[in-house]
Amino acid sequence: MKAGPKKIVAGLLLLAGLLVLPHLLQFHHQDLLIFLTINVLVVTSYRLVTLTGEWSLIHAVMMGVGGYTATLLFKHVELGMWFTLPLAGIVAAAIAALLCFPLFRMTQFYFLIGSFAAGEAIRLCWIEFVNPFGGTGGLSGVEPPLIGDIDFLEPVPYYYLTLAVVGLCLFILYRIENSRIGLILHSVHWKAPLAESVGVDTWRYRALAFIVGSFFVGIAGGLKVHYLGTITPNQFGVGFMVFILIWVIVGGYNRFYGPIIGVIVLTLFDESIRSLEELRPAIYGAVLIVSILFLPQGLESLPARIRNLLGKGPAPADSSLTDK
Amino acid sequence: MNILKVDQVTKQFGGLTALDRVSFEVEAGEIRGLIGPNGAGKSTMFKNVAGFYTPTSGDILYQGRSIVGHAPHSIAELGIVRTFQETTLFQELTVFENVLVGCHIHARSNLLNAIFRLDRARQQAAADKATEVLEFMGLIDRREQLASELPLGSQRALAISIALASEPKLLLMDEPFAGMNPEETNHMMDLTRKVRESGVTIVLVEHDMKAVMGLCNYLTVLNFGQLLAEGTPEEIRNNDRVVEAYLGGGG
Repeated sequence: MKAGPKKIVAGLLLLAGLLVLPHLLQFHHQDLLIFLTINVLVVTSYRLVTLTGEWSLIHAVMMGVGGYTATLLFKHVELGMWFTLPLAGIVAAAIAALLCFPLFRMTQFYFLIGSFAAGEAIRLCWIEFVNPFGGTGGLSGVEPPLIGDIDFLEPVPYYYLTLAVVGLCLFILYRIENSRIGLILHSVHWKAPLAESVGVDTWRYRALAFIVGSFFVGIAGGLKVHYLGTITPNQFGVGFMVFILIWVIVGGYNRFYGPIIGVIVLTLFDESIRSLEELRPAIYGAVLIVSILFLPQGLESLPARIRNLLGKGPAPADSSLTDK
Repeated sequence: MNILKVDQVTKQFGGLTALDRVSFEVEAGEIRGLIGPNGAGKSTMFKNVAGFYTPTSGDILYQGRSIVGHAPHSIAELGIVRTFQETTLFQELTVFENVLVGCHIHARSNLLNAIFRLDRARQQAAADKATEVLEFMGLIDRREQLASELPLGSQRALAISIALASEPKLLLMDEPFAGMNPEETNHMMDLTRKVRESGVTIVLVEHDMKAVMGLCNYLTVLNFGQLLAEGTPEEIRNNDRVVEAYLGGGG
């Protein structure tokens, strides 16, 4: 996997674009940019979980686990963000590891429902145990870090921080997917019995994908709460989980960058129809239905489709030329 | 020395007895045929040996050790690998990737190795092994094709390649000749002999009598879940009970 000069230039241009971007936006949009960047990590980590073919409904709650972990550590142990962030991931991963034992006795539809139930149980704990979780009102008073005199309460510095953390996480996730582990995760998805027959412990790989995915979404939760300052159980409810699913499905889940395209395009789209107010959910739903009907492989399949359409036109003319 | 010993194995599904106190032994280095009319329990026997089912009673010994109750993946690690009926492949992966998955036991990676690419040498060894297997099975020219794009004969050869990549000592082949034309069957018979010559013991379940008679040194015949007869192809062909089971029964 050697990067050619073209790829390096494209990468540098992308990086420059991402660095300049916040300076071209208003304050409100800078906020949105931070949440979008965090959501990119949410969908990409979710993709790792889905690689084995199991779609869970607990990913949003795992983000909350990371968020609450960061909050409690910040408030009670007075740890800075440099410690709360990795610990947010580790606690989410640990809870995922415990949940593997009941959840991975199930597959497919039963796993979906089981993961949903487990997630709601965790969310109920946040609501019921007012001490330490703060109940429905949640917790507040979480602050971003201080490095010298850079104020991370400002959106632009915090955006850069988020970009760096998310960039590192995406790099690791990409590496995992393109390693032998990624290949085995795919094989578990497509033909679990065949994988088992050559010695793959499918249970372990399902669990691995779930635990690693939860680790990274836990970090995303930590990033979010340190910027927002407050956390409530409702941020991580079914509503947000449905958004994650929509982003991944509309973007397409066959490639690494599909869900990323999905979350970016749909966030921009949602923002552009803000003025329509109460019509927004209806339009959003319509877009979802249309995209599933006409682009079942997701937005990421669009370039190939356009190439196909364009290719079909001139192709016969070309072949007739070569025939002569 | 026997590599596999099936000892009084019974498998019941509710009230149905699929296997009834079946015993037989397989010698290292042979090609054993497991035959019998439809519903005789051949595939059930395979699944018991490969760990996909657990026998209701009885024991299965591999190189003298009981393997009853082991999960399929740990039985594969011991060296028993099965192939599947029809074409069970990773259809969405390339031929090369299919075989690379087959190398799993010897190329296992962990997260740190995967993220920091610390086990390049090991992964390179797996890639070399996959290339070697594909050359051996005559599939090397198709390595970048998707498994789903292969013709039937090559798909079967790929299924065996995946199994061989895991370096089995005992290969269980479930109906490798089903649905093949005579030319494909001949090719597959040659491949099977080649695999045996490379030092792998083979047990195969098969309906194609011509292939079975031409390939196996010894046959085990099941009927209605019970052991009906054992012997060389010549003996089996002249065994009245076997002839009756095939012609008289539903088969």
